[in-house]
Amino acid sequence: MYDNPDGVMIGLEVHVQLNKLKTKVFCGCTTDYHNDPPNSHVCPVCLGLPGALPKINKKAVEAAIKVGLALNCKIEEHTQFYRKNYYYPDLPKGFQITQYDFPISSGGHIMIEGEDGEHRVGITRAHMEEDPGRLVHEGTIDKSKYTLIDYNRSGMALLEVVSDPDMRSPKEARRYLDKLRNILEYLDVFDGNLEGALRVDANISIMGGQRAEIKNISSHKGAERALLYEIVRQKNVLRRGGIVVLETRHFDEAREITMSMRSKEEAHDYRYFPEPDLVPLKISGWAPAIKETLPELPDARRLRFVEQYGITDDHAKALTSELKLAIFYENVAKKADPKTAAVWICDVLKGELNYRNLTIDSFKKEHMLSVIGLLASKKITEDGAVDIIRTLLDKGGSPDEIVAEKGLLKVEGDIVSTAAEEAIKENPQAVADFKAGKEKALNSLVGAVMKKTKGRADARAAREVLLGKLG
Amino acid sequence: MATINELNERIHAGSSEEIVAEYLERIDSSKLNAFITVAKENALARAKEIDSEGHEGSLAGIPVAIKDNISTKGILTTCASKILTGYVPPYDAHVIERLKEAGAVIIGKTNMDEFAMGTSTETSFYGPTRNPWDTDRVPGGSSGGSAAAVAGSEVPLALGSDTGGSVRCPASFCGVVGLKPTYGVISRYGLISYANSLEQIGPFATTVRDVATLFDVIAGYDARDSTSVDKEVNYSSALKNDVSGLKIGVPEEYFGEGTDENVEKTVWNAIHTLEDLGATRVEVKMPHTKYALSAYYIIAMSEASSNLARFDGMRYGLRTEDSDWHTTFSQVRAAGFGDEVKRRILLGTYALSAGYHDKYYLKALKVRTLIKQDFELAFKDADVLIAPTMPYPAFKLGEKIDDPLSLYLADVDTVPINLAGVPSISVPCGFSHELPIGMQVIGKHFDEATILRTAYTFEENTDFHTREPEGF
Repeated sequence: MYDNPDGVMIGLEVHVQLNKLKTKVFCGCTTDYHNDPPNSHVCPVCLGLPGALPKINKKAVEAAIKVGLALNCKIEEHTQFYRKNYYYPDLPKGFQITQYDFPISSGGHIMIEGEDGEHRVGITRAHMEEDPGRLVHEGTIDKSKYTLIDYNRSGMALLEVVSDPDMRSPKEARRYLDKLRNILEYLDVFDGNLEGALRVDANISIMGGQRAEIKNISSHKGAERALLYEIVRQKNVLRRGGIVVLETRHFDEAREITMSMRSKEEAHDYRYFPEPDLVPLKISGWAPAIKETLPELPDARRLRFVEQYGITDDHAKALTSELKLAIFYENVAKKADPKTAAVWICDVLKGELNYRNLTIDSFKKEHMLSVIGLLASKKITEDGAVDIIRTLLDKGGSPDEIVAEKGLLKVEGDIVSTAAEEAIKENPQAVADFKAGKEKALNSLVGAVMKKTKGRADARAAREVLLGKLG
Repeated sequence: MATINELNERIHAGSSEEIVAEYLERIDSSKLNAFITVAKENALARAKEIDSEGHEGSLAGIPVAIKDNISTKGILTTCASKILTGYVPPYDAHVIERLKEAGAVIIGKTNMDEFAMGTSTETSFYGPTRNPWDTDRVPGGSSGGSAAAVAGSEVPLALGSDTGGSVRCPASFCGVVGLKPTYGVISRYGLISYANSLEQIGPFATTVRDVATLFDVIAGYDARDSTSVDKEVNYSSALKNDVSGLKIGVPEEYFGEGTDENVEKTVWNAIHTLEDLGATRVEVKMPHTKYALSAYYIIAMSEASSNLARFDGMRYGLRTEDSDWHTTFSQVRAAGFGDEVKRRILLGTYALSAGYHDKYYLKALKVRTLIKQDFELAFKDADVLIAPTMPYPAFKLGEKIDDPLSLYLADVDTVPINLAGVPSISVPCGFSHELPIGMQVIGKHFDEATILRTAYTFEENTDFHTREPEGF
């Protein structure tokens, strides 16, 4: 049981860009703009030109319902769009079309790995809105003489997922974000690697103070850092006898601190009212069919992996934490021993990928299968297998080529035997020590055997052979 | 004043260019200030093209004037506001696409109250339009330029927009026919919004038949407008000189205090004419009419306060000296909007603000529901309702412009129709001291056919529509 000594309460508002849709949320402009010049994918609607009207993209609503269902939410009977009125240069209409009453979905939850085991985080609501344009500053925001606006992003479909204040530490917040992203990727509505794909506002309070809203967080790591900073800041304020006030703070990602925003910018009355240009959508009938199309989600897949492949829960969790990794694993597990595959993918390959900042896309399933095959037929040692994986990632090639090039084939038994005899002859002191009961002395003999065989011997086998000969 | 049929004879002989040139000349020498932009080159080129290549469309070669809040690709579109200085839309409104397909010649953009906010066309940044029946008087508004142009024979057909009476009021003041269709019948795509939930584009002409012909061209489903309704009807074919058995409801609430005696008398005479032609009169009660005006202005201003937020000088239109964006936004809007527009933005912002939202905006929506019920009940007994379009004939320029409240009150008989979303047509039904009077025939949702037939029958049996202002 986690006792949460500071009474930390964290709730997150996550803006997810539904960037796997083909078109924007209210017009026919493409969502595939990331490699194109600024303002090259715009039209009267997403530029908010006078007289242009929004038209709802049904696929975006379907994607939003899909997410709502995956987050265990209730889907509204009717959903309605509202205008959120405020001025900002990236907002071409002077209002954002969003949802207020009657959001697409509400009242759900997801499970995360909490401070004390499985922890439930409530989902208040998940609603649709449009993305504004992107402001580009020359240099830094405070020194730039001018601001450029790119409206390519304007009108991208966003889903704002609002959680209950159920997280009790920055670590839990990060786990929540990981899990949410994981689910979204399984649903195939979202590519987390694109610019602006996921943005976070965090609400955090500690016992004895009011909450602060932290804006401008653009990564999971950033969220954790911002929250850690904020807890220290709020605790310091209270310790000095101060008051933690309700305010909006800006996260400076470079300096990893939060700063109070000027009150002028936070005193907003958004004057929500129903968007007259969009009629209410009756969506209750859509949900059952969409539910049918829901893929297997991370939690379900994890349970299945344990059951079907007999692997440990930790391995299953690691494998399902990324959709591509899970698919990779299953492809390998179909053709090789599933347990060995889990060990090598989770305990070796994943670490090597992380170390190099690579994704599973950089490794071929065929290569994993041949490495496991070589191990199973005892042709290479475990050290040799690690060497192959590293070489594949660093230089490429194929496992067979690497084995040949580096001479990694495991050596024959009689070579080990000869090397053991030589080692015994050349290290009389170690032999004497061993016979006098110093078990550790055996290690230096094993080392000598390994040296003589240039590491191609299996260390465990070398030990056996030595024991036999000393025996 | 020439009708489409009369013009067609000349166009078929191959002289659309000649006709367009004649109208351009009249516009050029006019004192009405009905146009903000005259698309002379474009219009002549298009007419020439039609003359040489021929065109099968129902409006082939016919000049049409467009209210300046309807987007026209390549032609300046200002909403009669300084803030849209230099704004040339890169796209055509749905109705413009339809007109072009039908062979119409866009002759120019007409004057209006700034952003359609007004009842007299006096709030235009480009100066007021004058009423051809008496150039010291207003043409009505906000589509005053379109109505005056048609009444003054500067164009045979024109489009306006009607948010709270902006087609019917100037039709009434200028003695022409103007239709506000059922909400959703004409796509609003490209109409620069004043109050989205209330407004419709509407046609002007000198006869009911021409209004129906123009209406046929511009009505119909458009996927780009979510409030557009998928219903294809041929309105011209509904024009029959026959009202026998028609049940007319006359709501006494529309003849209330402030209604001019002559207007009241003239409209009643028109009703009696229709009774003589075989229609019968039924009792209707519309008890919530008295709340309509307040509800209308709250809803319209609330929507407007949001719709007009986009005019910030960042992407198009007026730009003042650059400063930080906060300052630049404010300066552009301070310099670009006129007083009436600022007043409505302020009032609308207030009505939507936290603490007032429920008291004003939500309450207005509730009243709107009650108004709709009034109409539903009335239409259980009546096929059409008939009432004055305006409580009085055209007033003098400058007479009310400094008294916003009395100007708002002029809309008392037109706004309930927009709140309910039903169609209404204003037709000339008489004169008071040489000024035209209009009556409106109000119909059920999507029943334009019946109000057009009623108006047509009245027109066929009277001659008010044939009178022309002197000197035009």
